[in-house]
Amino acid sequence: MTPTRKRRLKIALFILIGAGSATSLMLYALSDNLLYFQSPSDVVGTVIPEGKRFRLGGLVQPGSVHRDPDSLTVSFVVTDGQQDITVNFNGILPDLFREGQGVIANGSLQASGQFAAREVLAKHDENYMPPEVRDSLK
Amino acid sequence: MTSNTSLWKHTKTWFHRWGSPAWFYRTSGLIIPWLWAGFFLLAVPGLFWGLFIAPADYLQGDSYRIIFIHVPSAWQSMLIFAVMAGFALIGMVWRIRVAETLAMCCAPIGAAFTVVTLISGSLWGKPTWGTFWQWDGRMTSELVLLFLYLGVIGLQQAIEEPRRAARAAGLLALVGVVNLPIIHYSVEWWTTLHQGTTVSLLGESSIAPSMLWPLLLMVGAAKFFFAANLLSRTRNTLLVQDREKNWVRETVWGVKQ
Repeated sequence: MTPTRKRRLKIALFILIGAGSATSLMLYALSDNLLYFQSPSDVVGTVIPEGKRFRLGGLVQPGSVHRDPDSLTVSFVVTDGQQDITVNFNGILPDLFREGQGVIANGSLQASGQFAAREVLAKHDENYMPPEVRDSLK
Repeated sequence: MTSNTSLWKHTKTWFHRWGSPAWFYRTSGLIIPWLWAGFFLLAVPGLFWGLFIAPADYLQGDSYRIIFIHVPSAWQSMLIFAVMAGFALIGMVWRIRVAETLAMCCAPIGAAFTVVTLISGSLWGKPTWGTFWQWDGRMTSELVLLFLYLGVIGLQQAIEEPRRAARAAGLLALVGVVNLPIIHYSVEWWTTLHQGTTVSLLGESSIAPSMLWPLLLMVGAAKFFFAANLLSRTRNTLLVQDREKNWVRETVWGVKQ
């Protein structure tokens, strides 16, 4: 390799390393703000002001879903296995909303310690399989 | 030892030949039909298998079938950026015009794959998650990838002289590479709405084999589609750049000097 080419290669690598470290420092500094949702363990025990909007994510606790027969109001418990938070929601749930499945609720904590959701999204995991396989795993 | 050095020399001359626009034009013209054949050979059975034969998912039913478009194009959108940066680096260090042209011709194809990824993901998100778009780490970084592609295209268009344009835009391509690990690891570093990695190159994939095979066929098809398009675009660009040169007159018009 000629000296000129070596120099150009060094400059290129220098640019790459510079851009890489600048980006990683920025991401490291912002890491808490880049979280899309908080788990119940993140929320319980910390002081989140009442009415502050954030997203709560976790699994819908099986057997905890209560639907009001006369309206769209529904309540369920979101859990991460350690802490639970009760979520109240008035609206249409996504099709993939199931007990035991992942869910993300966008809303705020109430004075009662319960979570008032304005929007509920379903989160599915990275596993894909036919129903027969699923049944045999149970 | 001697056979090794001669093999190295052969490889080196073979690579150097690709640096000649005339050679590139002729040789890629021979390869392109085979690349298209490879694409159809993988895409037709892959799509049919994925859409009609593969079983439905236990949770998502038939809507998961968007995976056969979404995942191949998402991977391709990232791979093309890496390829573009690689060619840009070669062009930057060795000043090979064919490499610069190849890098610039990657950008529109990569941008197209990124758009397909974003749209198919959005259409998949509505029936499953319940939303077309959310600003989570995976989606936002993939959108940034689209803007990086558009930035490369725009920068190249803004500078009149093609070689200077390619070098400036190549620099942006090189810097933009930092976004690739962000896209890949976004689902591990942060909490996201997007689920984690399903198909892993090393280790076990969390998708049933009857769904994985058609997916892999489509992934292969995307590679062939990209290669065929890249070579065609680069051929045309070289032809336009060299329209006054002898090799174009000879190969295209058949004029002997």
